[in-house]
Parts: sequence; C-alpha cells; structure tokens
Amino acid sequence: MALLELRNIVRSFGDFAAVDGVSMMIESGEFFTLLGPSGCGKTTLLRMIAGFDAPQSGEILLDGKDLVATPPEKRPIHTVFQSYALFPHMTVAQNIAFPLRMRKIGKAEINERVKEALDDVRLSDRGGRFPGELSGGQRQRVALARALVSRPRLLLLDEPLAALDMKLREQMQLELINLQKEVGITFIYVTHDQTEALALSHRIAVMNGGKVEQLDEPSKIYDCPRNRFVADFIGTCNLIEAKVTVAGEEKMVLEIDGLGEVTARNPGGELTGSKGVLALRPEKIKIGQQIALESGENRFRGKVHDFLYMGDVTVYIVEVGEGVHIEALLPNSAAGRPRIFAAGDPVEISWRYDAGVFLND
Amino acid sequence: MTRNIGKWLISGPPVFYLAVFFVIPTFIMVLASFRHAGEFGGLAPIFLHDVRGAHLNLTLESYREYFSDFIYSRLFIKTLIYALVTTFFCLVTAYPLALLIAGSEKRHRDLLVLLVILPFWSNFLIRIYAWMIILGPQSALSVGLNGFLGMFGIEPVGLLFTPFAVVLCLIYVQLPFMVLPLYANLEKHDPALLDAAQDLGANSWQRFWRITFPLSLPGVYAGIALVFIPVLGIFAVPDILGGTGGIMIGNLIKQEFLEARDWPFGSALSIILTLGALCIVGVAAMVAGRTVKNDA
Repeated sequence: MALLELRNIVRSFGDFAAVDGVSMMIESGEFFTLLGPSGCGKTTLLRMIAGFDAPQSGEILLDGKDLVATPPEKRPIHTVFQSYALFPHMTVAQNIAFPLRMRKIGKAEINERVKEALDDVRLSDRGGRFPGELSGGQRQRVALARALVSRPRLLLLDEPLAALDMKLREQMQLELINLQKEVGITFIYVTHDQTEALALSHRIAVMNGGKVEQLDEPSKIYDCPRNRFVADFIGTCNLIEAKVTVAGEEKMVLEIDGLGEVTARNPGGELTGSKGVLALRPEKIKIGQQIALESGENRFRGKVHDFLYMGDVTVYIVEVGEGVHIEALLPNSAAGRPRIFAAGDPVEISWRYDAGVFLND
Repeated sequence: MTRNIGKWLISGPPVFYLAVFFVIPTFIMVLASFRHAGEFGGLAPIFLHDVRGAHLNLTLESYREYFSDFIYSRLFIKTLIYALVTTFFCLVTAYPLALLIAGSEKRHRDLLVLLVILPFWSNFLIRIYAWMIILGPQSALSVGLNGFLGMFGIEPVGLLFTPFAVVLCLIYVQLPFMVLPLYANLEKHDPALLDAAQDLGANSWQRFWRITFPLSLPGVYAGIALVFIPVLGIFAVPDILGGTGGIMIGNLIKQEFLEARDWPFGSALSIILTLGALCIVGVAAMVAGRTVKNDA
C-alpha cells in the first residue's frame, strides 16, 4: 500500500479551480516533487496534505486512512515553510524542542533528541542562538531539524531553497538528498525550479492548471515528455510544428513546413495525419562545418543566426530551411577557443531520429 | 559640520521644549518640597535675613509629615491597588479585543481602531459625568441589580460614590491606551508562525500561550505602562464618582495645592508618588526583562 494516496482531489476558489482532479500515490521513503509554474496548484495541494486547507471533493489517505477530518496538529506530517517560520523568541534548541514539547515528551529525552537533531544538521554549537542571529542557510537547517525531530511519516517542503543564493542552494540540495537518505522519511517537495526537481527527486509530478501533466522519474520526464507543456517547461526544448506523414511502429516520418521530411521516434499510437510538434533537446543536436551522415540520422544545412556564449557551452541558433530556427548546444571543451562559429557561418546540424519525439496536440 | 547643524535644527526645538516645560518644573517641584509654606499659601522666601543672619530657609518638614502619619501611606497603597486592579482588567479586556481587531480583515481594521479611539472625541469630564447617570440610584443598572438582589432578600446597594464606580470608570477611561499598543504589536505577527506551530502539533491554546502571547509581551508592557502610570496621578474620576471614601493620592495632592494651600506638602506628595511609580516600574521592568530572557 502506498504511504499517501490522493484520490481525485478538487479545490476551487470561486470560479478558479486551483486543484482539478488530482490523483497520485506516494511510496514510503520516496523523495517526491510537485513541480509547476506559480498558480499551478502545487502549494494548494501541499496545504491540503498538511491540513491547512480541505479539498471540496476527493480523499487524502495516509496508510489507507482518510485524513481530511484530522486537524493539522494531529497529522503525523510536518512542513518546512518557505519563510522557515522559525519562532523568533525561542533559541535554536527551543525551536527544535517545540514539536517534542507539544507531544509531552520527558525533558531528558527532549534534550537528547534536540542534541541529535542539531548534530544531524551540523549546528551543534548554535543551540543557544536565536534565529535572528543565524545566516539563511543555517535557518534553513534549523527549520529542517525542527520538522524532522519528532520523526513524522511525511515531510512537506514548500520551496525551501527559494530564499537562498545559487551557490548555497546547490550545497543545500546535496544536503537535502543526504538527509533524506539518512532519516528515511518520505519527502514531498514543492518547487517551480525544474533543475532543482530533476536533481533531487525520485519521482516528479509536473503540474499545470490544477492538473498533473506527467508523473514520472526525472530522466523520463526530461527525455520522454508526454506533451508540449512538459517538454517546454522542463529544460530548453526546440518545439517545431509538424505533421505525421508516415507512422511506423517505432519510427515515423514528419513533414515540417519550410524544412521538409524528418524522421522521429513514435511515442506510440500516433497515426498518419496527426498534427503536433517535434520536441528536440538542444544538447542532442550535433553541429559542425560538415557532418558525415550516419544511418538513422537527420541532417540539414543552415547558417548560424545567433549565438550565446555561456562559458561552459555555446548556444547556437541555426536557421535551417525557410524560417525554421533550431537551437543547438556545443560544449566549449577546447581551451582558448571561445567560439567556433560566428553569426552567418554556414553549418550543418544533425541528430539521431530517436533524439526527437513527436508530441500530439 | 553642516550635518551637525542640521541635527541641532531638528532636535533643538523638542529639547528646548522639554527643558523648559519638563526639567525646570520638575526641579521647581523638588525644591518646593523642601521649602516652608507661605503665611497665606504659596511658598515662604527661600532666603531669610533674621537674627541668625542670611541663611537658606529649607526644611524636611513635608517629608516628616508624610512619614509621621500612616494615613498618607495608606492612601498611597490604596491608589496603587486601584491602579493595579485597573491595569489588570484593562489587560484582560483589551487583549481579546486587540486580537480580534488584528485578526479581522484588513479593510475592517481601520474602522475598528477608529471605534476604539472614538471616545477621545468627546470631553473627558463629560464622559465621566455620563457614568454618574449610568451608575446613579435611578439608573436601569442600579434598579435591575437591586431588583435581582432583592429576590434573594439582599439589601439594595449603591453603585455610585464607591470604589467600584471609580475603578469601573478608570478601566473605561484607560482601555484605549491598552488596546492600541497591543493591536500595534499583534498586527505585525507573522501568521506563518501560527501555521508552523499548528503543523508541529500545537493546539489553539498552546499556539496562543507559546507563540502569540510571548511575542506580544513588548505590547503588553507598553500597555501596562500607559495605563498604570497615569492612573496613579488621576484625580478627576475619584472626585466625581468616588464620593468621600473613594479618594486617591491625586485628590490629596490637588487638595494640598488648591484648598489647604500647603504647596510644600503637595510637592512632597508629588515627588514621593513619582519616585514610588519609578521604583515600581523599574522593578517590574527588571523582572519582565529577566522572564523574557529566560522564556525566549
């Protein structure tokens, strides 16, 4: 049985359906992420799991028991808030002791567990400080320790890294992964940052407009987006309008206006004549002055329309055919050569047929 | 250099104002408390030329009088009790009210605060006289209460001209001074803290007692100071509603200046009251400071 099961959750505010029929199962020990743009319903869903909001219909089952009537303070679920919500009038140790004190646990045990929790987040020497005296990263760790100290069944994290700068965020991501492995508690993580979601999660639910667009492992979400929204939202993706002319079992031939015929992977069940887009990741496209054509590859001639030097890679926007722009990445692996091509240079691009996937509208 | 001039231009007038109308009068009062009363009221000359030659004409007579008769200290203690009772009831009445206002929708808050300060728009004395009517023997309150007591065979009671009337009116008069600092504090609380406390297992009582109340302590202290200290010196309310038994130390000070025309003794009483209030507030602040540190 799944640890947490959501069955057809609906929550609307007036005419606006914030969460519109969401169902999912979250397994014990999982690092699960709700990913989506702001207003997609992910925070509303999280608040309903925590108990601060109730669905208008649907069920929230924890270990098979419906939680909807249980108030937040009685749920074995804790939240790490975006603002951390540390109690400013209590020391770090008192903040961490709070959930234990609410459970009427003995003083000696509280002291021991607070000490352990402080060790876990490497803040043993900060127990006597007030939250106002800590840095952002330290506050973040106190919030984590406070939410984990009473060993909840489920930990909800509401964009916990949004307030940190990029360097610190990367470091905290690694810490989060290790912490989750160590404590073995199921995490539900809410974020609008797709790189964060890909880096942290075992599974991701991509949400949009109150619905789940795709629920899968990070690599599946990235490589096999199920629809246009997911392909566009996760990473960068070339989305080129296309029509199916020949639909094979595994391969298909697409007709693209101004470019011609392209071979692509059939995600399954697509029929001749369907309209949609070809989704093509920039890093899967080869770019060069002249490229030898290998079997199963698409190759086109074009010229560099524009380029962006990013340091580790250079992004080339290549114009192929008439008015079709395709973005391709070239790693800057050779030293001392910031760019290989300049705007206007004639180039060839190619990609294996299975790098591109057809997404039906 | 120019910055210094700017600073003085801004802070000069208030400093001057306080020096002229606060520091100097306080000094005059302290000096007056050590002088002799004039023959027809006022103060006797501070320098005397008599058989002993020219000398300062100062005395501790006023302080000796205060400490030689316990009646004055008793009045001081009674005043303290009135002030404490008033402060306590103001706090327990104002706190829920301030919570309610701070917790209501933003667009209603200003209106509710306006209602709290609305009484200030009518004259202080008129509002106290209104209580004479509310508490008078023919008032609905008195008639109703005495009718109720009569059912149990209890003698009718008078409400007006009693300590009860004085304290009731003091609470009414001082209530806004408790509500406003409490509201100003509670309104700033981050609602996420209460969500976090609930999320971590705190029920509504624990959320109030562990989060809201400790965070509101600065507002509580400000309210207590704003209610307690003015009540110590008030005289209009006991004058009008207290009758003969309801007088407070403020009435005595007023009498010494206006009726007994014993300015030195009136000054001495004022100085003792001020020092007493300072001591109490100082001790309270120390205790409060310690509990805040221990609790937080």
